[in-house]
Amino acid sequence: MSVTDPRAVESAEEVAGALAAGAYLPDEGLATAVYLALRLRRPLLLEGEPGVGKTEVANVLAAWIGGGLIRLQCYEGIDSAQAVYEWDYARQLLYLRAAEATGRARSMDAAELSDELYDERFLVRRPLLRAIEPVAGPPPVLLVDEVDRADDEFEAFLLEILSDYSVTVPEVGTFAAAEPPVVVVTSNRTRDVHDALKRRCLYHWIDHPDQRRETDIIRLRVPEAGETLARQVACAAASIREIGLYKPPGVAETIDWARALALLGAETLAPDQVTATLGALLKYREDHQRVADNDLASIVDQARTANRP
Amino acid sequence: MTSAAPPGSEPRPAASALVPPSAPADPGRRPGAASAGQPEAVAVGFVASLRAAGLEVSLLSSMLYAEALCAVGVARADGVYWAGRAALVHRPEDFDLYDAVFRAYWTGTPGLAVRSTPAAVPVTVELDDPDADDGGDGDRDRNDGERVAVRYSPAETLAGKDFADYSDDELDEARRLMERICQQGPMRPSRRHRAVRAARGRPDVRRTVRAALRAGGEPVRLCRRAPSTRPRRLVLLLDVSGSMEPYARALLRFVQAAVAGRGRVEAFALGTRLTRLTRELSSRDPDRALRAAAEAVLDWSGGTRLGAGLGRFNDEWGCRGMARGAVAVILSDGWDRGEPAEMAEQMQRLSRVAHRVVWVNPLKATPGYQPLARGMAAALPHVDRFVEGHNLDSLERLAALITEDGR
Repeated sequence: MSVTDPRAVESAEEVAGALAAGAYLPDEGLATAVYLALRLRRPLLLEGEPGVGKTEVANVLAAWIGGGLIRLQCYEGIDSAQAVYEWDYARQLLYLRAAEATGRARSMDAAELSDELYDERFLVRRPLLRAIEPVAGPPPVLLVDEVDRADDEFEAFLLEILSDYSVTVPEVGTFAAAEPPVVVVTSNRTRDVHDALKRRCLYHWIDHPDQRRETDIIRLRVPEAGETLARQVACAAASIREIGLYKPPGVAETIDWARALALLGAETLAPDQVTATLGALLKYREDHQRVADNDLASIVDQARTANRP
Repeated sequence: MTSAAPPGSEPRPAASALVPPSAPADPGRRPGAASAGQPEAVAVGFVASLRAAGLEVSLLSSMLYAEALCAVGVARADGVYWAGRAALVHRPEDFDLYDAVFRAYWTGTPGLAVRSTPAAVPVTVELDDPDADDGGDGDRDRNDGERVAVRYSPAETLAGKDFADYSDDELDEARRLMERICQQGPMRPSRRHRAVRAARGRPDVRRTVRAALRAGGEPVRLCRRAPSTRPRRLVLLLDVSGSMEPYARALLRFVQAAVAGRGRVEAFALGTRLTRLTRELSSRDPDRALRAAAEAVLDWSGGTRLGAGLGRFNDEWGCRGMARGAVAVILSDGWDRGEPAEMAEQMQRLSRVAHRVVWVNPLKATPGYQPLARGMAAALPHVDRFVEGHNLDSLERLAALITEDGR
């Protein structure tokens, strides 16, 4: 599936086609944003409800481009030692002792010794450094996942790296990417990402897909589910999202649900199978209660009558 | 600016019949080709319209937009629409505004809903003489212009005074005192480590090796590190309904002081709708911040649907992560016209994710007060701390409580 230069794509449609080949069906807005990110070599910032497929965009992009995926999962307190590089202190210490034991240390002055200790082989490369290391072949996709979980200090630091795609390790020198990686940043919006970072990025809010696209997504991702089942599942999911749940199901959940139903051999929605598999779709006890109160049977019924085989 | 919910798949401007006013369609549509001059001119004009409508667009973003236009070409409306949204808009709240400006600019549709630009507010500087200060202050809650009074007003007299009896300049004075109160905040253990001298904590290999190198390769001293602390997030929810009117203005100043005073504070106004005020209040200039907040809240002194407002907060912000592990402070008298069951349910959700839930009720100080308001009674079982908040003294105690509760 690899192409020679993904950055030479000519249009958003081409991007949409390539992502679809990787089993991801983007809407036009997302395809345009991805196209622009590739063409303008800018990071892409994706926000949206949990489960709409933010992370999956990076996975599919990586498969398409063929340069591999480098993932940096952000969390509270993440710092440069975990994100960029760290020295392997334990190995340095061992090396030092070995040099002493063999008497090699005695014949070297301090500067030589320290040069040897800060050799690249003691450098532990973390995701950000790996992403900008020069590579032969297509560039990697760097996924900075859930950036809103990291602290603001980390964001400032990320901004610096995303601005010039280079990292300086004082003891070794500067690492710079000849070809910058494709960068995808995701956020769940538990807090606002800093404006300075947003200005560097192209922004896209991923929405729940409309029914037709969701049907297509289910067909693509769950080939064992029949056409009728896929349409009914998408229809029922859309009505369930309208109810006002704590956690409206995302595409990820609908796919799981369709898979569960297909596994039970369902060809159309049947009330008892729906009840049995609803746990794939709804993850709160209160939501199950609410769906039951809102007459699950009629939702199923409506989905069935609107989408006859 | 009404809700954080993304606009659904609302109809976008139709792809047909879009004629860019200043750039004729380029049938060849060569993305990124030499037609660079045109998209730039288009970009500048469109960005100016967005700015006029009240959207903040930085120079960097508009340059990115011009590049994006070159890449997608200007022949297809959909491409132009999405390129602009990706390059210029950074928050789902602004999508509606973008759509309106887009429609007006590219199709010439009139009737564009322009976000109201702040009108100049007259500021009167009063140099009144101290004898006459109890005179006609009857217009204190009509804001026909900000009043800045310059006079002596000792802090002690304010400390115990009920906010409902404040004059405008006393509010101003109080804000300065609040700033001092809000310097601290709740702390919690962090995943970051700091170096410690004591024999507790985990070995710090990095520092040990560095020290060993200085000592000619001999690890003489074992360095250690231990977890440090970080500010805990503080979420302030201020009730701005009619019954809170005497207190809302003073408490808004408290909220502003908290937001500007330290990091990791989020502020919301609860009324008939939920308004996020963090951005508006974070300006260092308190007058600007308060004015921006006053404009953002569209339902001052309206009705209350506290339960529904809390529900919206939980759905869009709180349970997603903002309230997780945070100290949530609700500043309200507990009058709620919604269903008590809804209130109880939403408070329970909040208390499940938050570290502590503090309810500040200005009426609590009233002699003989009983939490009988239906909303208040429904909420209380899920509240960790129930405190008063009618004067500066009580707010100072509140700040101390928040700091202490964070641990």
